[in-house]
Amino acid sequence: MYILSNRLKIFSISLIIIGSLGWFYSYSTSHLTLDQVKELLAEEQHHGSHSDINHSMETSNEEHHNSDVHHQGDHNGHDDVAHGHEDEHAEHVLHQIHNRPYAALYVAAFFFMMISLGVLAFYAIQYASQAGWSPVLFRVMEAITYYLLPGALIVLLIAFVGDKHIFIWMDPEVVAHDEIIQGKESWLNKTSFLIRGFIYIGGWSLYRYFSRKFSIAQDSANDNKNFKRNFQISAGFLVFFMYTESMMSWDWIMSVDPHWFSTLFGWYVFASMAVSGITVIALITIYLKSKGLLEYVNDSHLHDLAKFMFGFSVFWAYLWFSQFMLIWYANIPEEVTYFVTRIEMYPIPFFTMFALNFLFPFLVLMNSDYKRVPIFIVMAGIIILIGHYMDVYMMIMPATVVDRYGFGIAEFSSILIFLGLFLLIVFYALSKEELLAKRNPLIKESENFHY
Amino acid sequence: MGSIKTFHALYNDDDVLLSAVKKIKEKHYDIEEIYTPFPVHGLDKVMGLEPTRIAIAAFIYGCIGITVATLMMNYIMIVDWPQNIGGKPSFSYLENMPAFVPIMFEMTVFHAAHLMVITFYLRSRMWPLKEAENPDPRTTDDHFLIEIITDKPVAALKKLLKDSGAVEINEVKSKDH
Repeated sequence: MYILSNRLKIFSISLIIIGSLGWFYSYSTSHLTLDQVKELLAEEQHHGSHSDINHSMETSNEEHHNSDVHHQGDHNGHDDVAHGHEDEHAEHVLHQIHNRPYAALYVAAFFFMMISLGVLAFYAIQYASQAGWSPVLFRVMEAITYYLLPGALIVLLIAFVGDKHIFIWMDPEVVAHDEIIQGKESWLNKTSFLIRGFIYIGGWSLYRYFSRKFSIAQDSANDNKNFKRNFQISAGFLVFFMYTESMMSWDWIMSVDPHWFSTLFGWYVFASMAVSGITVIALITIYLKSKGLLEYVNDSHLHDLAKFMFGFSVFWAYLWFSQFMLIWYANIPEEVTYFVTRIEMYPIPFFTMFALNFLFPFLVLMNSDYKRVPIFIVMAGIIILIGHYMDVYMMIMPATVVDRYGFGIAEFSSILIFLGLFLLIVFYALSKEELLAKRNPLIKESENFHY
Repeated sequence: MGSIKTFHALYNDDDVLLSAVKKIKEKHYDIEEIYTPFPVHGLDKVMGLEPTRIAIAAFIYGCIGITVATLMMNYIMIVDWPQNIGGKPSFSYLENMPAFVPIMFEMTVFHAAHLMVITFYLRSRMWPLKEAENPDPRTTDDHFLIEIITDKPVAALKKLLKDSGAVEINEVKSKDH
């Protein structure tokens, strides 16, 4: 039986508090006015090309800067139209800077929700396939999925609070001037977005609620009725999940770029989900084992988890590449903009992400013996989690903050908030029940699992 | 010390075989070879064989495969007859690499798989037209055969084999002695 220690409680609560403070700080500093943005842009321009002029500008006030922007425009041979462009550009940048704290919060919230959802799907697969190796890990998986309901509701909440700061199609003014979004309005409108969101979350949470209930009831039962029920609802859930997961990824991620679409996007997000989820199962299992709990988990179980980490990393890379190659090859403007934006503006995170998510786990976990060594699993696991955070980041950021990105206080404190919340909820759920599903009909096989 | 003798013990179940191998090993008899109709899981461990190094070979073969694919596609599509790939006539391997990745992947798998099989055959001393080393045709059907070479007393060994579940024990004359 795991007992939630006060130290962990204080640690995760302080993560949430520090994160919230950091986020509110970044939120308050992101509220620049148009003039401040112009000043900023002028400064950047000077830093970029006219470092010698910069010295003489040091004492100038705001108005000077503004006139300098004008002057600069004239100097470069532009007319009054150029000035209008400058203003428009400044306004875009203003929006991007405003968007950043929202987007950062959304990325982190989605990332932790995604872990939990991935674990729920993995858990359902274990039941539906009646896997014999995994029942000793069921309580760990159930604890991680406990985060799903709050986590997913928070994602939906941030989507609505963030509104046009994250989803451009939520801005009526943009829609009024955009025929493509108008054509998609029957799907992309706030009401149906909300209804669909509640259907997804409701379905997942209902499954999670009953599955956990049956799993615990099975512990004290005399027959296998609960196990059979769990098998049935798991199979049903997987069908529901396949549809809703795909639709969720269109709604919650793909619609940040409302012009763009990809037909395998749902699968691609699922691969990310599954690999981060399994990684977190492995990390928490290793942590609990190091505390002397989970005595029935042996290195064969770790080996299987690491195999899944390895396999799903390759699967993720396969889907990532399939999406990339088809779009790259066909070179259709409306599709290819997605990757043009990312490769031109985010070259380093774009390629680093691929290396972290594919090459690193591929090489580290390739050796069969390394898959049993906790230190290798932890190392690969942390890299995989960082990589998949970056993956979500690369999906959201280019559409919201465009080239005003970075990894600063906003992003870091958003991660802290949700990491704290995740740890608190997951370890609270772990402490509620016995760590062994002792009356599961496959538990003997699982305890003696040996590869 | 007695003279060196060769025994063939036949079994008809893989679980019995595994436990028999453990018992024979405990009494420090040398198992020369075991012939089975199908791969028996865990047999290498109880026999105390060294772990296979075929995985290392496979990795090297995969590296060879990806290199061959890169050189081949570079020669075919860029050097020998420059192709306009996907409307992007850059004539650079690196810029057109996404188009070649499926080939690089397939060639990696192809080389790793085929060379690994060939390595395995050669390492097991098997090649075309070779006469079978298999001492008893029943090991290709439903029997498992343990070959033991020993200079220890015969009676004790025979009893051990009988107790371990052997269905048949034969003493064979060595071909080369």
